[in-house]
Amino acid sequence: MLGEGIIKGMAETARNFLGSYVSDERLTTVQYPEERIPQIENARQFPFLVFDGDDPMKGMRCVACQICEKECPPKCIYIVKSKDKKPDYKNQQQFYPATFDIDLSVCMSCGICAEVCPFESIKMDTEFELSTTDRFGGLLVNKHQLAKSNGHYRKIHPGDAAASDAALAAELAKAQAKAKADVEAKAKAAAEAKAKAAVQPTPAT
Amino acid sequence: MDQIFVALKHWLLGQLATILPAWLLPVVSALMSIAAIIGVFATLFAIMTILERKGLGRIQNRYGPNRVGPFGFLQPAADGIKAIIKEDVVPRAADKVVHFLAPVVLVIPALLVYSVLPIGRNMVAIDLDAGLLFFFAVGAASELAVFMAGWSSRNKYALLGAMRAVAQMVSYEIPLILSTISVVMITGTLSPVKIVEAQSTHAGLLPDWFVFTPWGFAGFILFMISANAEANRSPFDLPEGESELVAGYFTEYSGFKFALFFLAEYLGLFAVSGLGITLFLGGWNSPFAALDFVPSWAWFFAKLLGLIVLFIWTRGTLPRLRVDQLMNFAWKFMIPMVLINLVAAAAWHYVGGGFARWFVSGAIVLGSYLLLGRGLFHGKGITKRTYRYAE
Ligand code: SF4
Ligand code: SF4
Repeated sequence: MLGEGIIKGMAETARNFLGSYVSDERLTTVQYPEERIPQIENARQFPFLVFDGDDPMKGMRCVACQICEKECPPKCIYIVKSKDKKPDYKNQQQFYPATFDIDLSVCMSCGICAEVCPFESIKMDTEFELSTTDRFGGLLVNKHQLAKSNGHYRKIHPGDAAASDAALAAELAKAQAKAKADVEAKAKAAAEAKAKAAVQPTPAT
Repeated sequence: MDQIFVALKHWLLGQLATILPAWLLPVVSALMSIAAIIGVFATLFAIMTILERKGLGRIQNRYGPNRVGPFGFLQPAADGIKAIIKEDVVPRAADKVVHFLAPVVLVIPALLVYSVLPIGRNMVAIDLDAGLLFFFAVGAASELAVFMAGWSSRNKYALLGAMRAVAQMVSYEIPLILSTISVVMITGTLSPVKIVEAQSTHAGLLPDWFVFTPWGFAGFILFMISANAEANRSPFDLPEGESELVAGYFTEYSGFKFALFFLAEYLGLFAVSGLGITLFLGGWNSPFAALDFVPSWAWFFAKLLGLIVLFIWTRGTLPRLRVDQLMNFAWKFMIPMVLINLVAAAAWHYVGGGFARWFVSGAIVLGSYLLLGRGLFHGKGITKRTYRYAE
């Protein structure tokens, strides 16, 4: 019969209306500034730069390879490579970013920068309360504002941070093994050369 | 208590008569009525917006606005301030004069129609003999304003919305007016005041309101549906369907002009609700003789609030119709139904008292409702819809 469905629907909405006053479980909304729901592990907002140790500038992992700058779809990363070098965690001499700016008003939080970085140095943050009254300067963040410690990364994304730490540890171990092998090889070569020199003391002339 | 506002006005006029020249008094008297109408119904508009937002929120299991003031009840004030201080953007291509005039032209008829509504005993701005005719004649002007807004904006969404609005409002104007004709037939007058008086007696338990007769009940339902469509409210809000037309005919309006569109929409809604109360729900009459001590205007506003709740409730329940469904409903169901309702009203008048007229009139209404309802679904093959992924 015409109108039957309407009556049923009205009953349903009336039930919702009254029910929302009786049981709080029905209310799915969260009273935001006072009440918050914990963010899920994969939450991501804007990128940050990871550093090791205590000094953000010294321990910054970024080597200014500019891969992220090229991959970023809206082109919101701006990097200037340094002229000099500083040692990285493997004690290799590397460039570092003299300037590293991200325009948060342009960033679309895609996370591609974090994905392409080969040095585990740019990661996605979960901070989202970034409103500012200055829409130009306030949203253009430099490397000092971007630098956050590895401990922070471990806190916000424990799983990913563990994987990244493991990858870095593996790299370090490989580098050390290689260095050791190099040293040994060098020593061996030196020894061999010495031995050769000893075997052939006087060439027949 | 009942006549407090009337007495207040007479007292004020009496005081003013000593200082003002005699020819000015009617003007002052009219201005007083206008100020009262604007003040009361604009306040009601503010109250309704917050009630609606909270009610809809609860229907959807949300809180609704609850930040400004106690329980969020000062939200309309905040909204009003926001609307006033916002920039008024006029599109470069727009027809500036018409663009400016449209909201004004929309608000004026919405306010004018209140002049013939009896909102209490002796509380009507003008007691016109053809008040009902005046109401519809003036109310129809809002279609013009809507089309002015849509056309002058030079925006395809606004124009589409305006065209939809005109089609819809013209289609639903017919059942709206025809459903009131049955009341006019029975009472034999076009004056809202006399129509209310015709419903002021009590027959046994129920008052003599027209809604408690078969034709009156059907007429009331049909009237409310058409009123809903006239006011462009959900489920008939196609002219401003947010999901398809941005905001319909007022897409290109901002700031206070945008607020004026809302004001006019809600004022129109209160006006037709008021007319529905006048015609079918006994106007300012109390439902029981024992409750006659409550002032008449209080009854009017209580009934108005009841209808407002009904409007909010339907808005929270029903999804928006499609254009073809809307038109089918108007021309294949509403119009035949109101015409048959006229026959039912005539039968009520001619069959004579007692049970027989209840039976004849009721059978006409109910039978045609069932048949027309079936006809509307006929050949549509409507079955229960099954969802593949969303179960
Ligand atoms: S998250 Fe995406 S848009 Fe933002 S800086 Fe990284 S690559 Fe660019
Ligand atoms: S953040 Fe990573 S990808 Fe980007 S420049 Fe630094 S090292 Fe290269």
